[in-house]
Amino acid sequence: MDCSIASALSHLRNSTRVEIGEPKAMSVDASNRRVVVKSLFGAAAMFAFAIFVLPPIYDLFCEITGLGGKTGDEYTAVDVRVDTSREVTVRFVASNNASMPWEFRPTKDKVVVHPGEPTEITYFARNTTGEDMVSQAIPSLVPNNVADYFHKTECFCFENQPLAAGDQADLKLVFIIDPDLPEGVTSLTLSYTIFDITDRMANPLAQLQ
Amino acid sequence: MAHGPATLADGWRAYISRWVFTTNHKDIGTLYLWFSFSMFLLGGAFAMVIRAELFQPGMQLIRPEFFNQMTTMHGLVMVFGAIMPAFVGLANWMIPLMIGAPDMALPRMNNLSFWILPFAFAILTSTLFMEGGGPNFGWTFYAPLSTTYAPESVNFFIFAIHIMGASSIMGSINIIATVMNMRAPGMTYMKMPLFVWTWVITAFLLVAVMPVLAGAVTMMLMDINFGTSFFDAAGGGDPVLFQHVFWFFGHPEVYIIILPAFGVVSQIIPTFSRKPLFGYSSMVYATAAIAFLSFIVWAHHMFTVGMPIAGELYFMYATMLIAVPTGVKVFNWITTMYKGSLTFETPMLFSIAFVILFTFGGFTGLMLSIAAADMQYHDTYFVVAHFHYVMVAGAVFSGTAAIYYWLPKWCGKMYNETMGQVQFWVAFIGFNIAFMPQHFLGLAGMPRRYADYGLQFADWNMVSSIGAFIYGGAQLMLLYNVIMTIRNGKPTTEEKTWEGAEGLEWTVPSPAPYHTFATPPELK
Ligand code: HEM
Ligand SMILES: [Cu+2]
Repeated sequence: MDCSIASALSHLRNSTRVEIGEPKAMSVDASNRRVVVKSLFGAAAMFAFAIFVLPPIYDLFCEITGLGGKTGDEYTAVDVRVDTSREVTVRFVASNNASMPWEFRPTKDKVVVHPGEPTEITYFARNTTGEDMVSQAIPSLVPNNVADYFHKTECFCFENQPLAAGDQADLKLVFIIDPDLPEGVTSLTLSYTIFDITDRMANPLAQLQ
Repeated sequence: MAHGPATLADGWRAYISRWVFTTNHKDIGTLYLWFSFSMFLLGGAFAMVIRAELFQPGMQLIRPEFFNQMTTMHGLVMVFGAIMPAFVGLANWMIPLMIGAPDMALPRMNNLSFWILPFAFAILTSTLFMEGGGPNFGWTFYAPLSTTYAPESVNFFIFAIHIMGASSIMGSINIIATVMNMRAPGMTYMKMPLFVWTWVITAFLLVAVMPVLAGAVTMMLMDINFGTSFFDAAGGGDPVLFQHVFWFFGHPEVYIIILPAFGVVSQIIPTFSRKPLFGYSSMVYATAAIAFLSFIVWAHHMFTVGMPIAGELYFMYATMLIAVPTGVKVFNWITTMYKGSLTFETPMLFSIAFVILFTFGGFTGLMLSIAAADMQYHDTYFVVAHFHYVMVAGAVFSGTAAIYYWLPKWCGKMYNETMGQVQFWVAFIGFNIAFMPQHFLGLAGMPRRYADYGLQFADWNMVSSIGAFIYGGAQLMLLYNVIMTIRNGKPTTEEKTWEGAEGLEWTVPSPAPYHTFATPPELK
């Protein structure tokens, strides 16, 4: 796209066939060139904005607001104080992306925990196919304004999960609910969607994004 | 070429070279207009296929896969191939005439920006014949439908969008340069006809958002071919991001479509009211305000993606705010007509219909902007009805009005008034029969973009299809009227075709000579 504009640009030098007196024509030509350069610069800036600025600010925005239910990265537990006066129900959900044939489910539907208390649960995964595969689980949490209060100290989702044909595994997750969890939140739902990323791993450009 | 442009009498080679290499704004305007009309007929043919299939419940004529390609291609061809080039064509023809310039500022770029368009649409249309078919993911091409689940031909679609974007950006730069640098002495900004004003503002919008569209399709291209995951959750991306990027382009795009249409109507209504436009400067400011607001309301298309309540409220109120400057415009058009000595020639009929039907579409827009209500309306035929009221009764009616209004200036022949008015009434009635029932269907819960529907929707769908066929017929009548005018129309040489018309374009002879305003006009 940009090359076609560039080639148009190269024609511009002698493009203005204005016939309204020499000195005037010169200056019109120059100001036209200025308009072209400025506009192309603006257009290029908007193109860069769309690709290089919008996605990161979108991610940042989601991270700050917890929108999209993305949970945080690995958490190192600090000075745990368990708040035994509160109970929070955490439900677990699993789903498979359309093209993912594995068996994938939480081993428990829900647990009741106290904020501040580390809890371990597992998800069960089995590669039901005859081929070695790699999967990636993507978490999502509702309600989405509590993502900041859900800490994972260990999670299979931090890495991808290779399973040989027919193999199975219990995938481990350890989490702590922050004692600062807003009052009134009594239950959370954590869901994992599992994706087939076998092809992606073979792709040399996989790490680009 | 001292003797003017080559005609068929000079041999077909010379004639074809004239059109291929032309840098004349009138020639290029003509090319844009004919091209856009042919795309209008192509997109219209797709619409006829859609309405024929929906005439009755059950699958009658085509397969659902093909139906999806038809809805997608109809939207793409109409928006990017018919409406946008039509107004660029009008801009090319009329802006130099209206501001007293000898030509567009960048004539060669003008030639290039037109001639890449047919290639873009040839590529896009050819995807229909490829294995796996053409684009089937809707004109809004949401990822991952348009990436992970797209047909093979999607890369051609992306390429075509890139070319269209380049064409629009070049066309816009040309318009900006022309308006900024080529005005006749004395033609100050606040003396420019409103059509020129609406077009410069549109051109700025285009330069700002077409690159965002290019960015969106580029990210798709990389997700599809180079393993990135902008929109792919498996790799840490997010499909909702696509919708944000698309609508950041998409909402300004709908104003890109309607602003020049506002401009046309603001030229025509004063002419046939024999009164100057009421509130000229408020019209200019309202246009600028609409353009600005169009950047900050995009997520009203995304009320159902799961935004926090604060976001819903913000986008709801911001969207409703647009109704204010839009209302100013409607008020000004009506006040221009108030106590005017009105006559109802074809261009005026189309313009009045524009005001009424566009306002109606604005009201349904306001209904849609209520976030809570949109949960029900979203992705139903109510939305389809809304945007056809604003885009068809808005942009297409205004474009039709422009053709009847300026055709005598372009070709020096008068159209047949009776035929024009007959065409208007067929179009007006056909349009309303086609799209009014779609409001009812949407409110009753019929989802858009399906090849089949429940029996409870059968009656109104049949009515809608009949209306669509009538409306399609009206376009063939328009084509007939234009051709008959060019071939057999009553010659008119008067400078001022319409006695109430004001503006520099009415100071040059009819048909407008190949070169006009080689010496700048005197402005009082
Ligand atoms: C007062 C002015 C307007 C308001 C408040 C408004 C509001 C809205 C809202 C809220 C939607 C989203 C509905 C949904 O998907 O659930 C929508 C859709 C749409 N509007 Fe408008 N609108 C206005 C004017 C216009 C104009 C002037 C145009 C174009 C000329 C336009 C074109 C569209 C299109 C094309 C869509 C549907 C896009 C799609 O999903 O395919 N609107 N409008
Ligand atoms: Cu919008």
